[in-house]
Amino acid sequence: MTELMESVVFGLYIFTLAAIVGYQVIGRVPHLLHTPLMAATNAIGGISLVGSMVAAGADRGTVSTVLGTIAVAAASLNVVGGFVITDRMLRMFKADQDRGKGGGR
Amino acid sequence: MTELFIQACYLAASLLFILGLRGLGDPRKARRGLLLAELGMLAAVVGTLLHHEIVSYTWIAVGAVVGSVLGAWLSLKIPMTLMPERIAFSHAFGGLAVALVGIAEYDHLGAAMNGLQLGATGFEVVLGALTFTGSIMAFGKLQGFIPGKPVTFRGQNLLNGVAIVSTLALVTALVLQPENPVWFWSALALALLIGVTLVLPIGGADMPVVICLLNSYAGLAAAATGFALKNNVLIICGALDGGSGFILGMIMSKAMNRSFSNVLFGAFGATPAAAAAGGADSGPAPKVADLEDAVDVLRAARSVIVVPGYGMAVSQAQHAIRELAAVLKAGGAEVRYAIHPVAGRMPGHMNVLLAEANIPYDQLYDLDAINDDFPATDVALVVGANDVVNPAAKDDPASPIFGMPVLAADAARSCIVLKRSLNPGFAGIENKLFVADNTMLVLGDAKKTIIGFTQALKEH
Repeated sequence: MTELMESVVFGLYIFTLAAIVGYQVIGRVPHLLHTPLMAATNAIGGISLVGSMVAAGADRGTVSTVLGTIAVAAASLNVVGGFVITDRMLRMFKADQDRGKGGGR
Repeated sequence: MTELFIQACYLAASLLFILGLRGLGDPRKARRGLLLAELGMLAAVVGTLLHHEIVSYTWIAVGAVVGSVLGAWLSLKIPMTLMPERIAFSHAFGGLAVALVGIAEYDHLGAAMNGLQLGATGFEVVLGALTFTGSIMAFGKLQGFIPGKPVTFRGQNLLNGVAIVSTLALVTALVLQPENPVWFWSALALALLIGVTLVLPIGGADMPVVICLLNSYAGLAAAATGFALKNNVLIICGALDGGSGFILGMIMSKAMNRSFSNVLFGAFGATPAAAAAGGADSGPAPKVADLEDAVDVLRAARSVIVVPGYGMAVSQAQHAIRELAAVLKAGGAEVRYAIHPVAGRMPGHMNVLLAEANIPYDQLYDLDAINDDFPATDVALVVGANDVVNPAAKDDPASPIFGMPVLAADAARSCIVLKRSLNPGFAGIENKLFVADNTMLVLGDAKKTIIGFTQALKEH
């Protein structure tokens, strides 16, 4: 097997296993929390920050720096904004019995 | 050694993300779960800062500060009623970030990339670009600056099909002929266009599915980035994100009785619109009631189920509903809430609004959990919901929504429907619930009507 094929197969392994774990975990999220789930996965999707940071910080010329910087801004907007709004939503969800005790952290 | 540390950070991040999402399975553990996900992101960022290619932190810092401040400000200020718009907006930014990373990567390496990198970068840019324009379209439709009604024309699905196939062909051409940049830029341009044409025919009521789909595309784009950059944490997050959007999309399409392929190719939205014509003025007239008549019914009720829909979000009636429920409960009635999975404009939309109004979540019931209770209920109070309570879905095979699981509000002893006007709902489908014998319609703004109910009930 060529090195190229190996990295494709390796990547697919990771992708498939993660997708199965994701299916198991996310399938168990109740309807109640579907909006916070979307907001949270948005925040986690901001992981493209990892790629953006390299593009912005590496010595690869102006195009890479400019596009990378915009990408870092867009991704961190999602990360910070996504986590803040998810937490804001989750704080609102209260059951009858924990009234007055604040959220469930 | 540094490389090992970076990989350890990424592994920790991946685990923390999975544990964090697991926390969302239970409302009591959800915030702790979110904290884990936040730590995961921190680990990923710390690891990346040590990347050997990074020579300057200046622009990273500039971008991060600008993005974080904007993101935090936006998320703290935005009203909960604008949540669907907020989600569409962040999908657009997710797609933008991914597409830009891909373009930067291609600009840097170009023909020096191997086949895997080229293919993955191609997919990354295509998915990122169509998520970007598609999400802007969805945002525009939710905000109303792009017509919310489905925009359809003959041959639309054919055109979309041709565009998608051409884009795949262009990515293939890019892999085979990396030295020709025309392939790359045409694929990018076509993807930007597909985002527009894919969302254009979608009506407002189908928005939950579209939002899930865009969520899924944003995730897959991130996963493609992971393949291009050989970065596992990107692949894992992309798979989680893409999978989440996919699952939510399946739940939504099931709740609307649409097939999933129908959803995947964006062919939905056309069916109800096509069947909307005809029969609009036949049949019995709805019984329009005064506020006082409805109040009498509510006063006599021992059990009430509230069925909220998009109309509740539009008139922001959730707080007024909480106050009405308090008065009804003080009078000895039981008040519960029935939430249809596709009520509103995104998954869980109603739950968030009711939570904002401080309504305990253990009073909110899913379709399956409460549907059998309607016959034993005195009053079903339908607040701005339409298709999700339409009995035609159960008994009229000619109806475009036939087969869709609906809330059996018509089975309650009496049904009070709050509606803005006598016009048919968004999809233009006639609703037999509105003309049923035991239904009374109260026209006007839902919030004002409910406040009126509350005041009248308090006076006695």
